[in-house]
Amino acid sequence: MTDNLLEVRDLRLDIVSGKVSHNVVDNVSFSIGRGEAYGLVGESGCGKSITALSIIGLLRKPLAVTGGALNFNGRDLRGLSKRELRRLRGEKIAMIFQEPMTALNPLSPVGRQIAEMFVLHKGATWKEAEKLAIEALGNVQVPAPEERVKAYPHQMSGGMRQRVMIAIALACNPDLLIADEPTTALDVTVQAEILKLVKELCAARGTSVLMISHDLGVIANMCNRVGIMYAGRLVEERPVADLFLHPAHPYTDGLLKSLPHLGSRRLEGRKRLQEIEGTVPSIASFPPGCRFQPRCHRATSVCSAEIPPPSALNHDGFVKCFNHEQ
Amino acid sequence: MSNNNEPLVRVDSLSVHFPVRNGLFGRSKRTLRAVNELSLTLNKGECLSIVGESGCGKSTLALSILGLQEPTSGEIFFEGRSITGKTRPSRLERAGMAQMVFQDPYASLNPRQTIYTSLAAPLRLHGVSDRKEIAQRIESMMQLVGLKPEQAKRFPHEFSGGQRQRIGIARALILNPKVVVLDEPVSALDVSIRAQIINLLLELKERLDLSYIMISHDLSVVEHMSDRVAVMYFGQIVETGSWDRVFSDPQHPYTRRLIGAILDPVTELTGQSPVNTRAMPEPPAGYDYYPRELGKHDVYSLPPASHLVALREDHSVRLIARN
Repeated sequence: MTDNLLEVRDLRLDIVSGKVSHNVVDNVSFSIGRGEAYGLVGESGCGKSITALSIIGLLRKPLAVTGGALNFNGRDLRGLSKRELRRLRGEKIAMIFQEPMTALNPLSPVGRQIAEMFVLHKGATWKEAEKLAIEALGNVQVPAPEERVKAYPHQMSGGMRQRVMIAIALACNPDLLIADEPTTALDVTVQAEILKLVKELCAARGTSVLMISHDLGVIANMCNRVGIMYAGRLVEERPVADLFLHPAHPYTDGLLKSLPHLGSRRLEGRKRLQEIEGTVPSIASFPPGCRFQPRCHRATSVCSAEIPPPSALNHDGFVKCFNHEQ
Repeated sequence: MSNNNEPLVRVDSLSVHFPVRNGLFGRSKRTLRAVNELSLTLNKGECLSIVGESGCGKSTLALSILGLQEPTSGEIFFEGRSITGKTRPSRLERAGMAQMVFQDPYASLNPRQTIYTSLAAPLRLHGVSDRKEIAQRIESMMQLVGLKPEQAKRFPHEFSGGQRQRIGIARALILNPKVVVLDEPVSALDVSIRAQIINLLLELKERLDLSYIMISHDLSVVEHMSDRVAVMYFGQIVETGSWDRVFSDPQHPYTRRLIGAILDPVTELTGQSPVNTRAMPEPPAGYDYYPRELGKHDVYSLPPASHLVALREDHSVRLIARN
């Protein structure tokens, strides 16, 4: 267990405002090994992004960590001071976001924003840092990096801006890169390029990746292990191939069947897509027992009475369902 | 699919150019060519998908078809009648011909109006003044899109994303248009909700004999829903044809790149890509695919003469003469 880079154990996050408190993430546990790419999949509001934010200590009120442990490299992240966390962020754990335009400073040339990393974390002078920034920009395959360091974010395309974000994130060779929907705002061909870049750079440096996405294709392309989140709980976690080819949880199964797959219409003709009935429950009114139970076609009486415990699956991984496959 | 010869919508060498001002006080002027000499047809009962990346002009094309963007040159015919130029029908008339379903249903509904008010407004504008008739049409429309009629009293924020998109569809259909333009109809929705909306759209198309023009970059959805596909690249169609021709045997390098970029979980893991295993097809002798090089396009200059050439029935690709 000690060789894991990141261990999240029984994480619980709540929205606390005054006397009212709503649970948003419940009992989430997973770990990421060194050099491993872990995918967290779920729909909007399932708690995947705030789980990531809690790891780097960026949760804002009214959200708060109310239980569980976060261990990074043997250190307890919950016990760190603000100052220690600030040192850790950027140097050991870096994050890239969905929309690079809002994450970059619009008033500062991109080269300076990259150079800042070397000055703040590595104690470089601005002059040295500027050279390093050009090199970093070249590493993310931005053409003519000596010229582009002077550009402002608005002068770059979405794909180029995302490359700048990656350059900033990987500047200090972090141990863990958290990527929150890094390609959702991009065109498909650009998405393919960016994912390839992240994959290659992280593999070359041995960086672990926590990839957050609602896009199953992106996760299948990038990750070794996948956790499926639904309404604040991790419902299934397995190696990527097992999960997508033999989904065990009815929600995972439903998700995969509800999407049109490329080529299937040619093979089997157009079939009506299988729908998952109903909608995602709101945070204020999670159903009792299994939170997927009201939408589940396999639900039995036990599902609404008890929270399903994790059951181990034959190879590796677990599923939280009383009536799962296998 | 069409019984008579005239298609439902015919776009005839449509160009839309925008003047762009540059420099201090906008003194130098340039022309951005969003759509260049584009022609296409939509037959009755068909779903035509327009695929392309951001900035390729697909939304400008859609706005022109809806009559919301005046073309620089070229014409658009609706059942043989021109809807552009001097003799074009009024805004009100055009609204009855084609309607649009937007990507983000929340942004496209008035947050201060109940669903009933939002649905009643177009009916009133189009001369339906009888309250009973309005109420009855709204009730049946709500049922048609899978909502309860009494939910019409609510406001947009009281609905979930999927329900809001159903309302967006109801709003588009309330005037019984013949053509519905779907602009990324499911990309803003949660993954588990998408199937519901895709199924609903396909059902409504059959039941109401609708014709769709769908704008999308999600090629898995395009393959599932379309009858015909047009691939757009910087204001021009580079490949078009029936869905199975375009998806099973894409010819143009850009189409192949788009299809190759789709990340499907099953294909990713089994490695059985339906397209990329085959070698790049050679263009006909004496021609190159147009554009020759991807990614090097200047939207401000006049593109060289190229032609959409039919390779076989219902499958064309854009070529340029080799010099």
